[in-house]
Amino acid sequence: MAKELKLMKGNEAIARAMIASGTDGYFGYPITPQSEVMETLMAEKPWETTGMVVLQAESELASINMVYGGAATGKKVATSSSSPGISLMCEGLTYLAGAEIPCVVMNAMRGGPGLGTIQPAQSDYFQSTKGGGHGDYQLYVMAPASVQEMYDFVFDAWDIAFKYRNPVLILTDGAIGQCMEKCYTRDYVPRWTDEERREKAPWGTWGKPANRERNIITSLELESSRQEVFNQKLQKKYAQMKEEEVRYEMLNCDDADYIFVAYGTSSRICMKSMEIARAKGLKVGLLRPITLYPFPSKQVAELAKKAKGMLCVEMSAGQMVEDVKLAANCQIPIEHYGRFGGIIPTPEEVLEAMEQKIIK
Amino acid sequence: MANDIVKPENLVYTKTKVLTDNVMHYCPGCGHGTAHRIIAEVIDEMGIQDKTVGVSPVGCSVLAYNYFDVDFQEAAHGRAPAVATAIKRLNPDTFVFTYQGDGDLAAIGTAETIHAANRGENIVMVFINNGIYGMTGGQMAPTTLVGMKSATTPYGRRVDLNGYPLRITELLATLPGTYYVTRQSVHTPANVRKAKAAVRKAFEVQRDKKGLAFVEIVSSCNSGWKMTPVQANKWMEENMFPNYPLGDIKVDGKIAEGIDANRLVVSAPLTVKQ
Repeated sequence: MAKELKLMKGNEAIARAMIASGTDGYFGYPITPQSEVMETLMAEKPWETTGMVVLQAESELASINMVYGGAATGKKVATSSSSPGISLMCEGLTYLAGAEIPCVVMNAMRGGPGLGTIQPAQSDYFQSTKGGGHGDYQLYVMAPASVQEMYDFVFDAWDIAFKYRNPVLILTDGAIGQCMEKCYTRDYVPRWTDEERREKAPWGTWGKPANRERNIITSLELESSRQEVFNQKLQKKYAQMKEEEVRYEMLNCDDADYIFVAYGTSSRICMKSMEIARAKGLKVGLLRPITLYPFPSKQVAELAKKAKGMLCVEMSAGQMVEDVKLAANCQIPIEHYGRFGGIIPTPEEVLEAMEQKIIK
Repeated sequence: MANDIVKPENLVYTKTKVLTDNVMHYCPGCGHGTAHRIIAEVIDEMGIQDKTVGVSPVGCSVLAYNYFDVDFQEAAHGRAPAVATAIKRLNPDTFVFTYQGDGDLAAIGTAETIHAANRGENIVMVFINNGIYGMTGGQMAPTTLVGMKSATTPYGRRVDLNGYPLRITELLATLPGTYYVTRQSVHTPANVRKAKAAVRKAFEVQRDKKGLAFVEIVSSCNSGWKMTPVQANKWMEENMFPNYPLGDIKVDGKIAEGIDANRLVVSAPLTVKQ
């Protein structure tokens, strides 16, 4: 597929971007609201064109561990799921982070806890940015707000994953996964040749040639002093991400008295709320974190110096608001407004919340 | 002076080059070292050291990657068959093997084991069955015999309390995706030779792209069983082998000659000798 403008679902965009970005393998398990990812891949049959391997696993446990096995050979391997499935994958994610294996995982969030609902939510922010699995590790977390970003972020995710040897999570929700929008596709990036893989992933386990030591992929270190050194190395990597890889969008923030902070679907709602507010003469802006880890804390802190207050809007009981409060460091009032259980708030109710909780 | 006699014409035994010089952490009397060695010899003899990727489990052999001089991955507990599935599918020219114990393969990893086998993944799975969780200190495993004592069955395994032992190798033989299924041991020189021939056959099945090859090696755990190595081997012969009979179970995709179909259905609990 070359450059084209097409109408497609967010889930379909993820699948098409995987093929177009030279992904070597996808291993998944069906779960609503993201099953179209694997359905699209199976219908496209990329093994006949690019050579990409696609396999339906017996569980999310198996699929994330297939990602581990395949990605540890230095290949570009991805999976996708939705909240309950991501919970099952958290074991694999911490092993991937601990063994420093690059990979791409997409979570189309649905409401919880437990089996919850199949409707969209943003209640996995803590799970995505504060751990999920055990141990001191971080995923690089990107939050697309459109079908176009679903497509584009897959390409960006591969760059980050291999630059840092770290798993990348594309954190979206059922609304963006299911909605259809126009999307510019890109020219295909060919899959890496074996020679390119040797150069870009010299640590990979694909068979030890006579001229190198064996490669070992493991997250085990029984000697505490060496494990601490490894943990420090990981922390250094995360610190570098914080310095170099923070992404965000600011709209109307220059003169804003009041600022919405929202990502993904919530940021789309807040854009409309902001338009209504501006029409009413209220100086309202929007900060949209694009990376949730690393979080745009510096940008929040800067805005907190001049704005009068911020409203954090999330389809959750209030999770990202904790990072906004930490970054703002009590300089101005920070409040949360959220709907959950699969309910998407309206622009009007979000603006009303801003007026009642912040503007007063 | 002793080195004077080490001449090519006098050499009758040497360490295979596919094993590293690292000192093994296994207990004296354990079968892991021998099982490692025969796998390494097969890799060497087939000339596939540069194409082999191993997957180690969680359990006593978690550190197997320290001993094989081939590329290696350490999997999460029970997930080795899923890990191996993707290595092989993405790198079809490699030789991929998992090396797992009974807790890893037949308890926490049962789903991954059965589905990798049923998909007919073109990999080799080596299964070390010692009827116990060795690494964590001798707790009950899915393969612990009825009446057998362990750290979590201190008065012996009871069916009413702990359920039945699982004979997963016979179960896997019934799946269409397995091409070669065998049970061996490494406690005598004759058995070591048979086990090595079985491992060789398993790797040849993978080379010929026939499907999944599964080699169970019944092994003693003298530390966990709280016996001397000699006592443990005797106990294994008297108690393990009657319940876990040695020999090929499935060859060339068919149930082996002489295997009674009734053996594939366990009708009585696997029990220690009274």
